[in-house]
Amino acid sequence: MSTIPEEEYIVKCTSACAGCSSSLCLRYVLKAAGPDSVLVVPACCTSVIQGIYPGTAMNVPVYNIAFAAAAACASGMSEAFRALGRKTNVIAYAGDGGTADIGVQALSGALERGTDFLYICYDNEAYGNTGMQRSGATPLGARTTTTPGGKPTAKKDLDRIVEAHNPPYMATACSAYPLDLYKKVKKALSIPGPKFIHILAPCPPGWRYPTEKTVEMGKLAVKTGTWILYEREYGRLTINGPSKTAMRRPAPLEDYIKGQGRFKNLSPEILDRMRQQIERNVQRLAREEAGAC
Amino acid sequence: MLTIATGNKAVAAAVKAARPGVVAAYPITPQTEIVEQIAEYVTDGDLESRYIPVESEHSAMAACIGASVTGVRTFTATSSHGLLYMHEMVHWAAGARLPVVMANVNRALGPGWNTWAEHTDAFSQRDTGWLQVFVGTVQEAYDATLMAFKIAEDERVLLPVMVNLDGFSLSHITQALDTVDIGDFLPPCHLPHAIDTENPLGYGPMTGPADYFRFRWDIERSMRDARGVIAEVEGEFCERFGRSYGPTEDYRCEDADVVVVAMGTLGKEAEVAIDRLRDEGIKAGSMRLRWFRPFPDLDLAGRDVVVIDRDYSFGFGGVVAHSIRSKAGVSPYSVIAGLGGQEVTYNDIADFVRDRCPGEETWFGVNDHV
Repeated sequence: MSTIPEEEYIVKCTSACAGCSSSLCLRYVLKAAGPDSVLVVPACCTSVIQGIYPGTAMNVPVYNIAFAAAAACASGMSEAFRALGRKTNVIAYAGDGGTADIGVQALSGALERGTDFLYICYDNEAYGNTGMQRSGATPLGARTTTTPGGKPTAKKDLDRIVEAHNPPYMATACSAYPLDLYKKVKKALSIPGPKFIHILAPCPPGWRYPTEKTVEMGKLAVKTGTWILYEREYGRLTINGPSKTAMRRPAPLEDYIKGQGRFKNLSPEILDRMRQQIERNVQRLAREEAGAC
Repeated sequence: MLTIATGNKAVAAAVKAARPGVVAAYPITPQTEIVEQIAEYVTDGDLESRYIPVESEHSAMAACIGASVTGVRTFTATSSHGLLYMHEMVHWAAGARLPVVMANVNRALGPGWNTWAEHTDAFSQRDTGWLQVFVGTVQEAYDATLMAFKIAEDERVLLPVMVNLDGFSLSHITQALDTVDIGDFLPPCHLPHAIDTENPLGYGPMTGPADYFRFRWDIERSMRDARGVIAEVEGEFCERFGRSYGPTEDYRCEDADVVVVAMGTLGKEAEVAIDRLRDEGIKAGSMRLRWFRPFPDLDLAGRDVVVIDRDYSFGFGGVVAHSIRSKAGVSPYSVIAGLGGQEVTYNDIADFVRDRCPGEETWFGVNDHV
């Protein structure tokens, strides 16, 4: 941890919920990015977390933009900075709804155009700041305010959509592994062109677990193989340490879901489908890393 | 330099002269020629600009917003459905006080698909906080685009400007064009609230009921100040380049008993009708409304007014007719004509004047209305 700078770019007046992991992630993202950075934020929890006018909790410029427009706005900003001869990091920091759903077109366009920027999706698996409605990134079986009986379909595989654009760097991360996240942001920002990091960000009020369990919840997501930490540099996949272990000897899925109110009363069929899904993901990524696909 | 060009090429030539740092471009008929021509300028090295071939108009305006807030000059162009698709960002650009300049090639809206001229697209953006100017000739398309940058970037304005030209009837017709050496007419863009990582600010965060309305009032105050800025810029343009513009272009209005008010190319067509009517001894004049936002003060008191609306607000009436009714205090004869490129000749316009019924509305070509 000694490599992480002490400078803080989020000061102590955020409007984040207790136990908010996405603001924790942003803290490490900005420590890695440093002061010559601009955040582009569409409608998401971070719209609220950053503070209310005339105050701000952020110590870098934050450009707020409409829900669907983060990647497009960041495109314009990046091109303009480069036109001005400036290397300023342009970082879109968007939720899963703003990325996998309403913002996916703009993201696709920006990736395809080779925009020099870092797009970070912090994924709390629902529309968080509107009170937990289902998004395309909500997992199978999860109860949200618009899936009171549990979501009947699987989580959209955003990373494979991004992968199809062949960005020079993409990675997954999780709020429970801040050093891993810090290193990934550092690496991403050292590479020109479009970069993408997808962070799993457990959400106490949305997932319905006690606030003090927020780190544990992230760890369990990784240890059960539900969330796999990896990097893909110029197409080459590397599974990261914690997930290597989890893929060999995953913790029981029940350890992850039993502590979350959103997965209350899952049917055995849904639980079974969740296990199969994890297994498929693990095998696919293991095969790819071994060069067997 | 005297040349010939289409309306679209004239806009592109003005953009080249204005040298924006970033151009976001998405094609749509009949605007396409503008973004094609600019792409060619950039590729050939005639324009040093970052050209972002975005995947939608929503993203075109979002990219302009992101670029503009760094302080660079920005431009985009659209039309019709494209303008409506970017509507959310059209509001955002004005609310964020960014001097984006956009050409909008006026075109009707579907269904059915119709690529011909109509003003409903621009009027649907009426309340966004954009300045809107409507041009009638190829030369004016060039001149108005150049002036749009200067007006938008003026610190008393800092609002985006939309330059409107009629689809096909101006975008694709060829007229003489005198391009100018703009010299220092357009100084480098200076945005007082440009992003500065040494002085980090929050842009557009959550703003509560005790503060929000102040920002809205600030837009209106600048919109009011824009009238004077427009007059200054048009005055300077005339001094430098010899072409004179104002909130309206008046034709034989001084002693007119009846004035035809129209916008865009129909405003030019009306001038021919006026000559015909004058030959018949009818003291008619025409007033081509150029600026729609901010809406100018018009002196029409004591005369018959015939307003041609190439638009309609369903359940209400012609947008221009009602604007004039409320702002100029007259009760015009409202003619709805030219929708979706419907042909309207100078003879038709002369007939509108001859057959005028002040205070009433008629749809040209429709016989079953009461």
